[in-house]
Amino acid sequence: MNLVVNGEPRTLDVEARTLLVHALRDGLGLTGAHIGCDTSQCGACTILLDGRAVKSCTLLTVQAEGTEVTTIEGLARDGELHPVQRAFIEHHGLQCGFCTPGMILTAVDLLERHSDPDDETIRRSLRGNLCRCTGYHGIVEAIRAAAGERNGTS
Amino acid sequence: MIPAEVEYVRAGSLEDALDALADPEAKVLAGGQSLVSVLKLRLVRPRLLVDIGGLELRGVELRDGELRIGALTVWDELVEASELRRPALAAIPECAAGVGDLQVRNRGTIGGSLAHADPASDLPALTIALGASFVLRSPEGERAVPAEDFFQGPFLTALLPQELLTEIVVPPPPAGSGSAYESIEHPASGFALAGAGALVLPDGTRSVGVTGVSGHPFRLDSPDEAEAMLAGVDVFGDHFASAEYRRRLAEVTVRRALARAEQRREEDERWTA
Repeated sequence: MNLVVNGEPRTLDVEARTLLVHALRDGLGLTGAHIGCDTSQCGACTILLDGRAVKSCTLLTVQAEGTEVTTIEGLARDGELHPVQRAFIEHHGLQCGFCTPGMILTAVDLLERHSDPDDETIRRSLRGNLCRCTGYHGIVEAIRAAAGERNGTS
Repeated sequence: MIPAEVEYVRAGSLEDALDALADPEAKVLAGGQSLVSVLKLRLVRPRLLVDIGGLELRGVELRDGELRIGALTVWDELVEASELRRPALAAIPECAAGVGDLQVRNRGTIGGSLAHADPASDLPALTIALGASFVLRSPEGERAVPAEDFFQGPFLTALLPQELLTEIVVPPPPAGSGSAYESIEHPASGFALAGAGALVLPDGTRSVGVTGVSGHPFRLDSPDEAEAMLAGVDVFGDHFASAEYRRRLAEVTVRRALARAEQRREEDERWTA
């Protein structure tokens, strides 16, 4: 099957039952998609599929035929971190880092559709992403700051 | 968790999909947000997955005076659809916005969810309240089943083995109607402990569907007497909520949904004027 991963066309030979997260991690070595709960709760495996955040543990790889996948490894451009990645560093949006790829990719999807989300919208969007160490305060602040930077208001 | 071995076919057309469903051990795969989870737990072990994800059954449109929603429309499209901004239809995006989380709403289809028929799912209650019907396609042809007859038990619907849900048809309410969806969710799973969809027509006629409290969603025959009507329902209890508590929650959601639908009637009059 064929798909585009982080801008590169890739061909994968997978069983129908292979989950996308396993194909990304074991097949392509992209270990940024984390397997946390493995039950579609925690969001650590979140990737962008055609620009929208989805949980790669709850998708069969074959369902991604012909799509464009972005993992956390593909977010930086020309050695420059994505603004959301920078904001997570600057605003203490992570501690152990396990949930971070999923948090950031969900935030990227959110900011694509809401240029200036309020805190409630941010928190509601993160419902499918669990953090078990920092709490969510720094994460929400980082996303607000990334939105502000984009709008030139910070 | 890894699903058991399974064959897979991607349907190129509705006819292809129906042909493949001749296999009695086939299962339809749409967005996969319910099915992949149960495949991983191996609670379901089909021989064949028929992926209908590539079919053109997607989108919200007003056609021939009816609101038609393709079965492969994802939740997020309902949240954003301009056809659903009318206060009389506001319950639909309101209900969709409360389903799962952002990732699930990006991927999960309404047809998949309705056909999965989880007894605590939100949208079924609303489709009943709105008087929606479901278009089912089989090799023999097409039939329309009213929402309230579609849901028959936990994970059990009117769908025949070689039949696909293709479209949800909602009759647009007359100007000056209001709708609302209310639920009280289990805080971890997000599924409804009790939920109610309501539609109030300009003449005051009320229509209510209830979910989460029994084997399948149902219409409340006389919503003006919600408490009395719910008294006759066989409400189930579990370790999250006893039957008595669930019954009270259902009464509360019915009252709240009716009150907000009532408020939206005026807004709808202004909207449609």
